[in-house]
Amino acid sequence: MIVGRRQFLKLSAMTAGGMLLPAEFALAGEQVSLPLHKPIGEAQTICPYCSVGCGLIVATGPDGHITNTEGDPDHVTNRGALDPKSVSVTQLSTSPHRLRKPLYRAPGASGWQEMEWDEILPRIARRIKDTRDATFEEKEGDVTVNRTRSIAFLGGAANNNEDCYAASKLMRALGLVYVEHQARI
Amino acid sequence: MTNHWVDLKNSDCIFVIGANPAENHPASMLWINKAIDERGAKLVVVDPRVTRTATRAHIYAPLRSGTDIAFLGGMINYVLQNEKYHREYVTHYTNASVLINPDFRGPADLDGLFSGYNPETRSYDRSTWTYQLDENGDPKRDLSLQDPGCAFQLLKRHFARYTPEVVERVCGTPVDKFLAVAEAFAATGEPGKSGTILYAMGQTQHTVGSQNVSVMAMLQLLLGNIGMPGGGVNALRGESNVQGSTDMGLLYNTLPGYVPTPTAKGDPTLSAYLEARVKAAGKGYLQNTPKFFTSLLTAWWGGNATAENDYLYDYLPKVSGNYSWIPLFEAMLTGDIRGLWIMGMNPAVSGPNARLERKALAQLDWMIVQEIFDTETCSFWRGPDMDPASVGTEVFVLPAADAMEKAGSIVTSGRMIQWRPRVAQAPGEAADDIWIFDRIYRELRGLYEAEGGAFPEPVLQLNWDYGSPPDVELVAREINGYWTREVVEDSKTLGTAGELQSGFAQCRDDGSTACGLWIFAGYFYPRDDGDGNVLPSSKRRGTKDPSGLGQYPFWGWAWPANRRILYNRCSADASGNPWAPDKALIWWDGEKWTGNDVPDFPATRAPDAAGGDDAFIMKADGKGGLFAALNEGPLPEHYEPVESPVQNLLSSQQNNPVIKIWNSLKGEAIGDNIGTPDQFPIVATTYRLAEHWQAGGMSRWLPWLAETQPELFVEVSRELASEKGIKNGERVIVRSARGEIEAVAMVTGRFRPFRIDGRVVHQVGLPWHYGWRGLATGDSANDLTPHVGDGNTMMPEYKAFLVDVHRKGGR
Repeated sequence: MIVGRRQFLKLSAMTAGGMLLPAEFALAGEQVSLPLHKPIGEAQTICPYCSVGCGLIVATGPDGHITNTEGDPDHVTNRGALDPKSVSVTQLSTSPHRLRKPLYRAPGASGWQEMEWDEILPRIARRIKDTRDATFEEKEGDVTVNRTRSIAFLGGAANNNEDCYAASKLMRALGLVYVEHQARI
Repeated sequence: MTNHWVDLKNSDCIFVIGANPAENHPASMLWINKAIDERGAKLVVVDPRVTRTATRAHIYAPLRSGTDIAFLGGMINYVLQNEKYHREYVTHYTNASVLINPDFRGPADLDGLFSGYNPETRSYDRSTWTYQLDENGDPKRDLSLQDPGCAFQLLKRHFARYTPEVVERVCGTPVDKFLAVAEAFAATGEPGKSGTILYAMGQTQHTVGSQNVSVMAMLQLLLGNIGMPGGGVNALRGESNVQGSTDMGLLYNTLPGYVPTPTAKGDPTLSAYLEARVKAAGKGYLQNTPKFFTSLLTAWWGGNATAENDYLYDYLPKVSGNYSWIPLFEAMLTGDIRGLWIMGMNPAVSGPNARLERKALAQLDWMIVQEIFDTETCSFWRGPDMDPASVGTEVFVLPAADAMEKAGSIVTSGRMIQWRPRVAQAPGEAADDIWIFDRIYRELRGLYEAEGGAFPEPVLQLNWDYGSPPDVELVAREINGYWTREVVEDSKTLGTAGELQSGFAQCRDDGSTACGLWIFAGYFYPRDDGDGNVLPSSKRRGTKDPSGLGQYPFWGWAWPANRRILYNRCSADASGNPWAPDKALIWWDGEKWTGNDVPDFPATRAPDAAGGDDAFIMKADGKGGLFAALNEGPLPEHYEPVESPVQNLLSSQQNNPVIKIWNSLKGEAIGDNIGTPDQFPIVATTYRLAEHWQAGGMSRWLPWLAETQPELFVEVSRELASEKGIKNGERVIVRSARGEIEAVAMVTGRFRPFRIDGRVVHQVGLPWHYGWRGLATGDSANDLTPHVGDGNTMMPEYKAFLVDVHRKGGR
């Protein structure tokens, strides 16, 4: 069956949240089968660089890595136009330098050691708790302040709203007052 | 932005100052060009150098970095003297007519200061800056704007000193260039015309940054450009979601939705907190703060938060000072801050006085970084300026999914929220940030349950259950707001338990609504996309634009309430009729406000009713502030940057009198050192390139971008290069009081020497993207910048400081 480009995108948007990935990623029973030479997913998204919020079309291979990025002609702000950074989203996805495993640096060490998530996360929680407990201030004079001034959080303007909300909520629940990010600088 | 990107096409004059949209917000040029091609709009650029945007401009005027108030003040003077202001708009919609306290004095009388200055505390007592009130407690006004004590006349007197000749002497802008800019932009004061001001870090990254923004807002109020299509005060924000991250309250002084963080001194109890907010709100919409604040506490601590326990108000940490970026790093330097948790930031490159900030990192006990590459911050301990054996910081780097590899929403500079699905697979074991927070929270909760510890209740009673693995859409529902129980009023069911709120008007102060961010309320509520598809509002991709103004009301969701242009009451006159038919946003139809936007005004309040012209609903008096207090005064006044080559020509008050000067390790190789022109005679600024992004974490690791801009350069005028014997392409050393770096000299005609009060002052510029990690590496320009900030926000003065330049291997 011949499918036009825009129809293809609309079809792919209706299946598996926008990805035509191998069966283990797709929602059961919803995958659309098309006569392609190679399996490719295409989806519409928004560029992660500046604050104009241009529309991108990203193509993904069977391993889920981006093989191509181009402008989305249907996006009302950029009408398919892009700049050097947004087309390079492809290289963000495929870079061999991307961090793939948690890394740990001991005090005074000159290099990294890889660490499993299940080992590093409890260590991190221990550090946070020990510092919080040692420095927590319940009161300043007569006023309840319930804070620690010895832990700071920085970030993150490239993060999604939901990530930022979770950070804002968690840090205040821990009693942090030093909470800052790119917007200040 | 008060307006938005596509709206630029409706402008008659696009004034760019302290920004470079062609370079840093490239798609905006589509709409700027449309305004030029279809409306005959003029593009006017004011910048220390001829930027890529300036090459497209009809008018370009140079100005020395750090003199924006002098320039814009000069424009205000021009508008007032030549009567180019929009009189009816100014009379009805601003506080121009209000009579000010007769004891008020300004810089014209007090040599650069306002009445009430305390030199010991370096702060102002504002009691002489108040309105005169009548017997009912309402501001006294003179609607003829003639009374010498009215704000309008005080404005006139204040800016009378900012003549074109003064602008030339201070800014280095030739008089004819200044007048060309002033004349072109002042033409938008005509009713029915609109001009837009586009600005960015070139305006804000100064010790007078807040007043820079204030003077632009004042100019726009005078010209009647706020609330108009093609008008407004438009910040071109940086990162893809810096708007959202700010909205989410990731600054020490705000909680989500700009609800202020409670202070120990002013807000010891919930009732004190709410009383203060309601009082400050006056007639403005923030009188509803109790509803938004209670809904936030209900979202955070759920059913544990009740009226009886003041909704667990005390679980929120209270602040007792300024904990913003610069004080934060000063506290880290002294060891007061022991642990640092970072999500997607690279302060080793982006922080001011970066050598000092990296030294501060080395004092930490531990640091957690959620990142996509091993950046200069992750590896600060093995940087060229560090000896790892003597850095005791324990570092945990957690590999993170990037923006394409997780679902969630982001907000454009035009306040438009767009949802992104997960479209790619994260490499290796990289994880979503929400998963990381969830796991660490659960570990902490487990530890506090098992061991107890310091006041564990806020952690143990936190309303945190987003599923396992966490579902980002459950977070979205909480941000949006939902009813916690069924609420019936006058036999009508307002909401049922778990149902999403449609907007913030539904927020209540009794625990029946849980809403994480009131200005976003409705962003996840299902709505029609104009083509019959009903889905969460921020996921919509409806392309209908009924008005033709580019509002696109069915695409995504703009906060607040899907309002696309703020203060749109001002787009209609006092009778409720649009100033111009091709700029019709909203109008009064006899019963209600209607039209091409969500009215930024009570929908059924008639134009001739009481408050019918209180067009600025967030302000305590409902009026735009031509006379409005910030920490250094109710009117903007020119002060020189902390590092300046010249004396202040407006007064003997050299610098902003309220800024904090830091003194850590002063005089040492790494310290809070301030340079003087005898040692560092050249003005320097930092800026960005189209091909790189911020501190380089998302660009200097990518081969295509590394190839286009591989190295740090310093941009130098031909005249300065000739003076110093520097050839294009050769390596030079750039030094400031805080450090020295090596760069390639790019000798261009884009910078020209300035004539400041008759003598030559040179300026250079550097991109600040570089660091020692990645594929494209170089020294960090922020090794040179000062650790001083704005008088209100403490945003660092990256844009104007002093350096010297010499050829590598010789001076």
